[in-house]
Amino acid sequence: MTQIFAYITHNGGAADDTALELAAAAKKIDAGAAVTAVIAGSGSDLDAVCNEMAASYSEVWKIDNEAMAYPNAEIIRKALVSILPADGIVLLPHDTFGMDLGPGLSIKLDAAFVADVVDLEGVEGSTLKLVRQEFAGQVSTHVTCDISAGAVLNIRPGVSQPDESKSAGGQVVDKSGDAGDLSVVRKFLEIVEAEVGDVDITKSEVLVSVGRGIEDEDNIEIAQELAEAMGADLSCSRPIVDAKWLEKSRQVGTSGQTVKPKVYMAMGISGSFQHLGGIKGSPFMVAVNKNAKAPIYQVADVGIVADILEFIPELTEKIKDL
Amino acid sequence: MEILVCVKRVPDTSENEIEVGSDGQDIDRDDLVYSVNEWDNYAVEEAIQIVDKVGGKVTVVTVGDDESEEVLRREMAMGANEGILLSDDAFESSDGKGIAAILKAAVEKGSYDLIMTGAQADAGAGQVGGMLAAMLDQPYASLVNSIEVIDDKKLKVGREIEGGNQEMNEIQMPCVLSIQTGINEPRYVGIRGIRKVASVDIPVLGASDLGIDSGSVGNAGASVKVQDYFVPVFGDGAEMLEGSTEEIIDKLIELLKAQGGLK
Repeated sequence: MTQIFAYITHNGGAADDTALELAAAAKKIDAGAAVTAVIAGSGSDLDAVCNEMAASYSEVWKIDNEAMAYPNAEIIRKALVSILPADGIVLLPHDTFGMDLGPGLSIKLDAAFVADVVDLEGVEGSTLKLVRQEFAGQVSTHVTCDISAGAVLNIRPGVSQPDESKSAGGQVVDKSGDAGDLSVVRKFLEIVEAEVGDVDITKSEVLVSVGRGIEDEDNIEIAQELAEAMGADLSCSRPIVDAKWLEKSRQVGTSGQTVKPKVYMAMGISGSFQHLGGIKGSPFMVAVNKNAKAPIYQVADVGIVADILEFIPELTEKIKDL
Repeated sequence: MEILVCVKRVPDTSENEIEVGSDGQDIDRDDLVYSVNEWDNYAVEEAIQIVDKVGGKVTVVTVGDDESEEVLRREMAMGANEGILLSDDAFESSDGKGIAAILKAAVEKGSYDLIMTGAQADAGAGQVGGMLAAMLDQPYASLVNSIEVIDDKKLKVGREIEGGNQEMNEIQMPCVLSIQTGINEPRYVGIRGIRKVASVDIPVLGASDLGIDSGSVGNAGASVKVQDYFVPVFGDGAEMLEGSTEEIIDKLIELLKAQGGLK
């Protein structure tokens, strides 16, 4: 059986949530596989993560180099190409780091690549069967991947139940000496932190959140009025911020804020995984959308098929009359 | 600066509900409205703005059939100077790597300082830019949401990362960037703009023009293949409220009260 590697991302000496999700994903490829964690970084933070992961992976490959103190995907790709054997399966999280690393890594390893994998259905011969989504989650696909020359698989965060067994009793193997030349022509400069807005939606108990269905900047007002009537705060999905109709600080999603309200009103939001990834704590979710097939209905508690431009003002009026 | 922007003609999700076709082999493509992939539009706008500042030329390229020419013309109406259509029966059903290989061959016929793609398209993979960069041995940055030209060799680019934060990088040209939505405000294209470029010649290049072995791309060269389409099922699904608007609103208010959603 092909060797399976899970690339572990980490921050401040702690492994990312995806670390144990990848261990679970690997078992769906081969239940009996001895899975190797690969962890790059520098110094004591790296050692802490390696020790933590030895409980969950039968082997941990440590790549320690000052150049990797910040995870620059271009540098890490070079190290992985030097260290990983040909024909292996490499699992990465499909986040902003994995998206930066995965496609190019697959070319340099001469391996197949599948992005944003939501499920794995096992291997037959040299064919791995996977599940993906297209059109922002409106349809799913079964995909086959020829793994005879190896594969790089980017696994969507949050969809695999993490493997918490911590019974691997693995050992840390230092591969730092095999990393090779790490010079690159893309240099990390700094992180610019998100601007703090006038409302901190991460603390809101009730959110009225608007998406593309609001159609026009002038219509934001009706959502604001509903929020006020409910005693809620106004948040939004990405297209609203892209259009500059609301501040970035009001954007819910992996590239925006992570919110944990008690009640979440998704108004005209179709429900991409990036948006849903920013909603934690299982709020009571109400979805109103014109499209009866919007993916948001799969995760919402209550769904209403309606045009929000007509529905919201009526709801606001009724609430005001209470 | 010579800039190449890779674009794609896709079903417009703001104009269509995407449904699984009756045989499950594809989405239902009857009566679909197509347009240029949203991310690509931001990439073309960014390219035009850079060239407006520092001079140069913007070329748009796509891999597709005859109908894909319309998205090239649309981007040329925005301000791109030239278009190239890469079209061949052998290109059909290429996987991401196949598309990247076709684009690579086209890139090598020109001389570009900067190549841009949208961060993702209809299949949501976000893979072609990174693959193309690796094939060309050029540096790559994904999810780019700001570009500043430092000099004729270097760019300062911001990448959108988790939590609304931005990762700043200095990158040497030639390079490949995948562009995230929101980086700019793409200009409006009117009918008049499209008419102006209606008769501009757009060269069509096939596998032999590009020196591509037909067996290495398309379905034959694909190691990743879509087998079927189906309706996703996650979670238990929402309880759908039905009836008159008034009945729905009454029921909803009752539920919101119970859940602490009204203060």
